[in-house]
Amino acid sequence: MSSLMASRVRQKRVAQLVSRGKRLDGRGLTDYREVQVEAGLIERAEGSARVRLGKTEVLVGVKFEMGEPFPDTPNEGVLTVNAELVPLASPTFEPGPPDENSIELARVVDRGIRESKAIAVEELCIEPGEKVFVVFVDVYVLNHDGNLIDASCLAALAALLNTKMFNYEVKEGEVKIKPGYKPLPIRNYPVAVTFAKINDKLVVDPWLEEEQVMDARLTMTVEKEGKICAIQKGGYGYFTAEQVFEASKIAREKAEEQRKLVVKE
Amino acid sequence: MSQKKPEKLIDENDVRLDGRKLNEMRPIKIEVGVLGNADGSAYIEQGKNKILAAVYGPKEVHPKHLALPDRAVLRCRYHMAPFSVEERKSPAPSRRELELSKVIRECLEPSIFTEYYPRTSIDLFIEVLQADGGTRCAGITVASVALADAGIPMRDLVNACAAGKVEGRLVLDLTDVEDKGGEADMPLAYMPSANAITLLQMDGMLTGEEFEQVVNLALDGCKQIGQIQKEALRSKYVVAKEAETEKEEAEAGEK
Amino acid sequence: MPVFYERKQLVTPGDLLAENDYLAGENTHKENGRIYATRVGLVNYEDKRVFVVALKSFYVPMVEDTVIGKVVEVTLGGWVVDIRAPYLAMLRASDALERPFKPQKDDLPSLFDAGDMLIAKIVAYDRTRDPLLTVLERGLGKITRGQIIEITPTKIPRVIGKQGSMISMLKQETGCQITIGQNGRILISGKSPEDERLAVMAIRKIEQEAHTTGLTDRVTEMLKKEKGEKEVVKNVTEET
Repeated sequence: MSSLMASRVRQKRVAQLVSRGKRLDGRGLTDYREVQVEAGLIERAEGSARVRLGKTEVLVGVKFEMGEPFPDTPNEGVLTVNAELVPLASPTFEPGPPDENSIELARVVDRGIRESKAIAVEELCIEPGEKVFVVFVDVYVLNHDGNLIDASCLAALAALLNTKMFNYEVKEGEVKIKPGYKPLPIRNYPVAVTFAKINDKLVVDPWLEEEQVMDARLTMTVEKEGKICAIQKGGYGYFTAEQVFEASKIAREKAEEQRKLVVKE
Repeated sequence: MSQKKPEKLIDENDVRLDGRKLNEMRPIKIEVGVLGNADGSAYIEQGKNKILAAVYGPKEVHPKHLALPDRAVLRCRYHMAPFSVEERKSPAPSRRELELSKVIRECLEPSIFTEYYPRTSIDLFIEVLQADGGTRCAGITVASVALADAGIPMRDLVNACAAGKVEGRLVLDLTDVEDKGGEADMPLAYMPSANAITLLQMDGMLTGEEFEQVVNLALDGCKQIGQIQKEALRSKYVVAKEAETEKEEAEAGEK
Repeated sequence: MPVFYERKQLVTPGDLLAENDYLAGENTHKENGRIYATRVGLVNYEDKRVFVVALKSFYVPMVEDTVIGKVVEVTLGGWVVDIRAPYLAMLRASDALERPFKPQKDDLPSLFDAGDMLIAKIVAYDRTRDPLLTVLERGLGKITRGQIIEITPTKIPRVIGKQGSMISMLKQETGCQITIGQNGRILISGKSPEDERLAVMAIRKIEQEAHTTGLTDRVTEMLKKEKGEKEVVKNVTEET
C-alpha cells in the first residue's frame, strides 16, 4: 500500500529535466502520451467511449432522458455533465459526494461541449417549452496518472460521436418510440489541451509526477475552427501574460492533432 | 418573474445598455473594516454587485488533521445569498459556488505568505449580497483588501477584472445580461509585482487574436482596480488621522 | 540605490519601497533585489534598512516575552491559554506548580480555571509546535484585580516608550500598577476605578497617536489636565 507521491529526490529530478527541455519519459515538452480510444463498449448506454492517455484511463457514458427545458431556452435540449473520481482510480480518491476536484473537472468538460455548441441542442426538442431530451454525460475516471481533463474531454467527445438516439414520434402529447436509430447530431469537436508550468517552462499533458511538482496548470479548449471556447487555470501558482499567449498558440496546434484521433473525417 | 431580454446590448455608437463605453468599468466603491468580529473585512459595490468579504485568522485549524506542517492552509468560501439573484437561489452551495471557491482560493494563495504561519488556517468568506455579473472578480478584489485589512502579510494585492466579447465588440467588465447575451466572458486576476496571472477562465468563443486583445483589456482593467484597492486601504488610515487632527485642533482651540 | 517613498508615507502590500543595497526590515520582503511592503502601514528608512510600521498586525510569540493570556481549557496535564496569537499556548502543570505534579492530589481547576487571566512568560516556541508558557517567575500568575485592555500589538513599544519613559510617566501620573503583555494586552491595577480610567484613557490616546511626535508630553499634559479638572469637580461637590 505505497503512496503514489513521488519522493523529493525524484520530484527534483522531474523538475530539473524540464528546465533542460526534457521529460522523464523521453517526451518533448509539447508531446502527448500515447492515446488509445475505444468507443461503444457499454451497450446499455446510448453512447460510450474509453480513452487511455498514457496510463490515465477515463470512461464516459452518455444516457438520454426526457425532461423539461430551461425557461430561457424552451426549444433546446439540456446537457448535464457529471464527473466521478472513482476511488479505485487512485489512493487519493475517497468515496463520497463529489468534491471540488470532480466538480471542476465536470464543469470544464461541460464548458468545452457547451460553448463550442458541439451538440445541436435545437434538434433535441420534442415539444417546445414542454419536453426536450436531456443528455447526461457521465465521466468516470478509472485510473489517475495525470491530466484527467484532457483525457475526459477526449473521451466525452468520442462518446458523443458514438451516441445514438432512438427514432420517435409525438402522438397525442405522448412520445412513441419508433424502430431504428440515428446518431446524435454533433456540430463541433472541442478538444482540451492542458499545460503544467514547471520551473517556468510549459509542458503539455503533464503526467502524475509532473502534476505533483508543477506550479500551476492551464487548460485551453479549442474547437474545430481553432477558436478557443474554454479556459481554466488551476493550481496555486501563476502564469505571465506571455506564457498564456504562448500556451494559446501551442494549444491550437495540439488540439488539431488530438482531434484527428477521435474524429475520423 | 424573468426580465424581458433586451433587443440590443450595444448600440451603433458603441454605447452599452448602461451608458458605458466599450472599455469602461462600472463605478466601484470599496469600504475597509466593515465587520466588527472578523480579523479583516471589506465591502465592494461594483455597478449593481454588492459583495462582502471577511477574513478570520491565522488561527488554529479545526479539524486538526487539515493542518499543514509548513504553512497556513487557506480556506475559501464563495457563496451567493438566496436573494442576490433575479430568481431566488437555494442557500445550499451549488456546483458553481464550489468551483468558484476553489479557483478563488487558488487565485489568492500565491499572494499570501502562508509559510510564515505553519499549522494554522486563514478562513476567507465571500458573500455575494447582490449579483450582476463579474461577481468572482469583484469577490477576489474585495477579498484581497480584506486580507490586507486583517494584517496578514502579503506579496501584493490581487486585482481582478473580466473582459469579453459582446455583439462583436471587445468589452471590459461585463454585466450579467452582457455575459448571458454575449459571445465570450473572461475573468482574470493579476498580481502586479510578480507580473502574475493567478486566475484565468473563459467561456464563449474567441479567435487567437481576439483572445490576446481581451487579455490585454482585462489587464488594463486590473490596473485600475489596483489603484482603487490601494485608495480604499489608505482612506481607512486617513479617516483615523483626520479624526485625531480634528481632536487636536479642537483641544488646542479650547486653551 | 533608489527609494520610492518618503518617510512616514502610507504603503500597501506589494508597493515597491527600495532597490538593491537596502536591507529588508519588518513587514517587508526582498525579492530579486527589490524590497516590497507586505502590510499596510507607514514606511520608514533608517540607515540602510527599510521597514514598515504596520497599522494592524497580530502577535507572533517570541521566547522570553511576557504575555497576558486567558485560560480556555483545563486538560489532564495543564491548561490551554489564549494569548491572542495564531497559536494557542500551553501551560503545563510542571510550569505552574513549585513542586512535582501529582494528578491524584492536585486539582488543576482550583489553581486556574477556564476564564482566568494569567500573566505568563513564553519559554519555548518554534515552527513545529505551539508556544509553551510558565508562571513560575516573580510577577507571574493569576490576575485577581484590575482591568485588562487590548491594543494592537504593534503599538506596545510606544506604550513602553524609549527606555521605558512613557510607561514610567503613566505609572507616576496615574498611581497605577501597569503590566504590559507583549501580546497586546495591558493590565491596569489602581487604587481607585478613577485612577484606572485615567490610565486607560492615556493608553487609548497613545494607541491612536502612536505615529506622532511629542506624544509623551501631550499624554502627560492630558493626564494632568484630567486630574486637575477632577480636583475642581471634587471641591465643587464638596461645597454644595
